[in-house]
Amino acid sequence: MASPLVSIENVDMRYGGPDGTLAVSGLNLKINRGEFVAVVGPSGCGKSTLMKLTTGLHIPQNGAVIVANSQVTKPVSIVGMAFQNPTMLPWRTTLENILLPLEIVERHRRRLRSHKAEYVAKAEKLLETVGLKGFGDKFPWQLSGGMQQRANLCRALIHEPELLMLDEPFGALDAFTREELWCVIRDLHASQDVTIVLVTHDLRESVFLADKVVVMSARPGRVIAEHEVPFERPRQLDLLYEPVFNEMVQRLHGEIATARAAV
Amino acid sequence: MTTMETPTPVATAPKPAFKLDWVRLAPLLYTIGLFVIWEIGVRLSGLPHTILPTPTRVFEAIAQYWSPIWKNSVQTLYTTVLGFMIAVVAGLGIGLFIGWSKTIYAGLYPIMVGFNAIPKVALVPILVIWFGIGTVPAVMTAFLISFFPIVVNVATGLATIEPETEDVLRALGAKKMDIMLKVGIPRSMPYFFGSLKVAITLAFVGSVVSETVASNSGLGNMMASAQSNFNVPLVFAGLLMLAVEGIAMYAVMAWIERRMTGWAHRSTMGN
Repeated sequence: MASPLVSIENVDMRYGGPDGTLAVSGLNLKINRGEFVAVVGPSGCGKSTLMKLTTGLHIPQNGAVIVANSQVTKPVSIVGMAFQNPTMLPWRTTLENILLPLEIVERHRRRLRSHKAEYVAKAEKLLETVGLKGFGDKFPWQLSGGMQQRANLCRALIHEPELLMLDEPFGALDAFTREELWCVIRDLHASQDVTIVLVTHDLRESVFLADKVVVMSARPGRVIAEHEVPFERPRQLDLLYEPVFNEMVQRLHGEIATARAAV
Repeated sequence: MTTMETPTPVATAPKPAFKLDWVRLAPLLYTIGLFVIWEIGVRLSGLPHTILPTPTRVFEAIAQYWSPIWKNSVQTLYTTVLGFMIAVVAGLGIGLFIGWSKTIYAGLYPIMVGFNAIPKVALVPILVIWFGIGTVPAVMTAFLISFFPIVVNVATGLATIEPETEDVLRALGAKKMDIMLKVGIPRSMPYFFGSLKVAITLAFVGSVVSETVASNSGLGNMMASAQSNFNVPLVFAGLLMLAVEGIAMYAVMAWIERRMTGWAHRSTMGN
């Protein structure tokens, strides 16, 4: 139990051959089971690379990525991913979109046909959790951007991943919808046994949601600071207007401004 | 909503007189308009029938020669549709093959472009050497000219899968085959059905070119022999029949497209 779920040790990742850009260098990060970690940093700091390394979409040239006690050499299927772009498939209904991962993941795809009703019930329960009850038979284009993103979260969670990777999932949404979805994510994390890594530009988002905020440097990216977020859970949106909250956001902002200037 | 209540209820009162749907009628009216202008233009300029016949003279020719026109129209429709159907099967297959991998796409694409740049009329003599004159070269020419747009569209649909979608699926352990079946092929279907409209009109070009040069039947052959007899109204009658067949087949393809991939018209593929 003591070993972290994700352990990134001294990782270098270079794109495009030996003379390509060095995206991350000397990256070290540990993520414990059940933890909610937010990764922030100046743009181009290799946050997306961090996601791809953790999920096994990229294999680093140097160092090791260890997920669930084994070194990552190919895509790890214990993760769910969600991006800023919801990428719902327009020819499938919302429910069919959410069931898509089950048609892929080895341990589910063989059971899917015989246990269809069970999985559909599970998907509908997830839809209810994110506030989309009854929208399962709508097509994605009939949903608003915020609703599509909620459905996207359901798709990322349907196969009960141990690790949920979110890459700026709320970047394209308006402020009110974003705050609503923060609460959705907060409640998902509280109610399910899942470890979450959230990559974001929004410092308030990171402080409101995470247990630990990781600050990365400008390219080549590495971790320059880790902050435990001291606020009690469950957190309410009122927290956003408290001085201690804003102080922490401001401190993070200062650190990133310095990291940007260091380029 | 209250601001919508304007003080002029008269304007919103339903009109009892039936209203013409001008947009629906436009295709018919414009077609009639074209024939009227043609008719008046020829009559005023006094051009002889052997240069440019009037539409009435062309319709007369259609009625007069109806039996051979019908026979040859059916023949042309048959060669065109047969060639087109071969093009659909081959185009879909080759398109999926090319779109499968970046390497195959890069390697075969220039060859396909080069092949498409060859005027198909130049291939007809070769086809005649191989298959003799008649139906086979016409079908082959229709096939050769119409399969390229299908290949390009299917391959493009496959090659433009959003990288995020691919990442999400690959992170779950999806194989190339899974991604193609779940995302690539359904996603390329709107491109495929869209290309059918282009392909069917090109197929007519192919079959008629081949019939003109190397056949004893079909509208192309009929027009060629009418032209050598200075029977210009019959030439125009053949052109008119081709136009009618082309419009009809195009409409069928557009209908199939709407039926099969209605979702693509209500959503934006890019998002």
